Amino acid sequence: MSGGVDSSVAAALLLDAGHDVTGCTMKLWGGASDTGCCSVADVDDARRVAQQLGVDHFVFNFGDDFRATVVDPYVAAHAAGRTPNPCVECNRSLKFDRLARRAHALGFDALATGHHARTEHAGGAWRLRRGVDGAKDQSYVLHMLDQVALGHTLLPVGHLTKGEVRRRAAALGLRTASKPESQDVCFITSEGGRRAFLGERLAMTPGRVVDTDGREVGRVTAVELVTAGQRRGLGLAGGAEPRYAVAVDVAGATVTVGGADDLLVDGIAVEAMSWVDSPVVSGAVEVQCSAHGAPRPAVFDANASMVRFDRPAPRVAPGQSVVLYRGDEVLGGGSAA
Amino acid sequence: MVTYLDHAATTPMRPECADAMLPFLGGRVGNPSGGHAAARAARQAIEEARETVAETLGAHPGEVVFTGGGTEADNLAITGVLARQGGLPLCSAVEHHAVLHPVQALEGRVVAVHGDGRVDLAALDAALDTQVGVVSLMLVNNEVGTVQPLAEATALVAERAPGAVVHTDAVQAFPWLDVAAEAAPAHLVAVSAHKFGGPQGVGALVVREGVAVEPLLRGGGQERDRRSGTHNVAGIVGMAAAMRATVAHRGGTVERVARLRDRLADGLLSAVPGVTESGTRATKVAGICSLLIEGIESEALLVLLDQAGICATAASSCASGAMEPSHVLAAMGVPRALAYGSLRLSLGWTSTDGDVEHALEVVPAAVAQLRERTALTLAP
Repeated sequence: MSGGVDSSVAAALLLDAGHDVTGCTMKLWGGASDTGCCSVADVDDARRVAQQLGVDHFVFNFGDDFRATVVDPYVAAHAAGRTPNPCVECNRSLKFDRLARRAHALGFDALATGHHARTEHAGGAWRLRRGVDGAKDQSYVLHMLDQVALGHTLLPVGHLTKGEVRRRAAALGLRTASKPESQDVCFITSEGGRRAFLGERLAMTPGRVVDTDGREVGRVTAVELVTAGQRRGLGLAGGAEPRYAVAVDVAGATVTVGGADDLLVDGIAVEAMSWVDSPVVSGAVEVQCSAHGAPRPAVFDANASMVRFDRPAPRVAPGQSVVLYRGDEVLGGGSAA
Repeated sequence: MVTYLDHAATTPMRPECADAMLPFLGGRVGNPSGGHAAARAARQAIEEARETVAETLGAHPGEVVFTGGGTEADNLAITGVLARQGGLPLCSAVEHHAVLHPVQALEGRVVAVHGDGRVDLAALDAALDTQVGVVSLMLVNNEVGTVQPLAEATALVAERAPGAVVHTDAVQAFPWLDVAAEAAPAHLVAVSAHKFGGPQGVGALVVREGVAVEPLLRGGGQERDRRSGTHNVAGIVGMAAAMRATVAHRGGTVERVARLRDRLADGLLSAVPGVTESGTRATKVAGICSLLIEGIESEALLVLLDQAGICATAASSCASGAMEPSHVLAAMGVPRALAYGSLRLSLGWTSTDGDVEHALEVVPAAVAQLRERTALTLAP
């Protein structure tokens, strides 16, 4: 229970379904935070919802694990010019591993969350599907769930729209009913942003901005903060055709920019693939490369560990999750190399 | 049926205390600072309570300042004295946060302890000089139960920092020790009612004659200008009643609880592999059984104990509900990984053989379950 409306309603739905429910909140980050499930105020909200629902509630401090498996790698990835997705890593290492194992050790059969996605047992295997509310679908950040994990996972709000979730929370009189949604990384404050967070932990590299012919066209104060595909903040004069970061080279202190066409690629290499069930080796898939990005038709080349788009698509920043779907079903995913 | 083994967090109220408070929660009215008959009666009640508190803490009535609890008393002692006489604060590394945090906020000195939790007197000696204005050393530690060598430490302070004032946080000591005698060397002594069968939200600070404290709270000038705010009459009366009851029964309670604690600790040490006891029993109070359990996390263990009806904690209570590895155990040299497996079972005046038996039945099985169920497997 993050202290948000989705996990609040998830707990209520489980109770309605007759489960023996215990609430828990992970305390992950001791530093500054203004969103996500890390602040004391959010823990208070989660605890109060549990009280109103009449279920026990515990707070688990996984701060050391969070630092080791999410925050430190996040910083290291930026130092290497990559743009990781810490929410995906938190799901992989904390929620659906550390916490799931804790729940198992305590004798619970399953871990439930408020994610907008659906699990289903069909054809002898567990399936992971998009949530009913397309605009709120979170299956992308759950792509790492495999058969073992899905067998211990419940996603009760996946078949509801967000509006329905809020309506139910209001009907139950839960204080989280109208709480604004958290959309940002929980350990980064809106005030300081990524720059302030990373600035305290990394020496930033000033760098040159060059065009595809290698001519210097501008300068940036921190190459580590530039993401492939980025348009603003590259120190370029306005007026001309829009230009985008197409390559980031931290070691060479260089950002290469190009036009919209230069951003397009035929395919992307994917590493650290995981599969919901058996590995996909052939056939058409759709590929989604950001949390709410459009799925694009492609094929997966298992031998090369490459996604090949049917039509050229914008390049994906290294470190971002690349998730393979067929229809509304998640097949698996990995990170852009 | 709940087995309550968290007396160091808070204690069940003594019936003598509830009886003494009830009239003030019902018919009686009156602000002790007023002048009419009802006010005078309320004033009489707190002054009688003050005499009890003074006597049991070895102070004169005029030296007792009523506060809103132990944390306020500790803060008033450190911040209030330094505001008047200047200098640096100094405390041991195992103090409660109510002392440690004010000392750190004032950029004070923190002195190491030995492996048994007792302050390192050589380190204290080295840290003392005439810049030091207040030295705070708890009488009994809240997590491990260690009794500190207050008399020796005070003698060192007198020698090395003659102008410094000595404060002792006696919050955990009162149920177990004769605080009047043990805290006699200190200039300031803090207690909290709910740790000895009194109500939550009331405490006292002894400020010995000749020591000046700047108030934390300004207003009506109550408590001789040392703590403004309308008195918590029911709470103060209840605290005095709980003190009287605690002192009257203390000898018997200490003996009985020490036997229960020994049975509990010895039982768990022999029934659960990979368990060690924190601190040295000879220098600990009767009520605390503090264990380190290898290969498990107390956060998980406490859930299983809770589900079995046993109230306990890892080391100390925390506002967010999340557990941080204990700074006390860290100061005693316990590695962080092992500190994650700490368990504090604290006993008190209501503890019984039944409580001990319940814990001896539940804890070994819970530890075994956690050690067993470490990996997720394919669901059936």
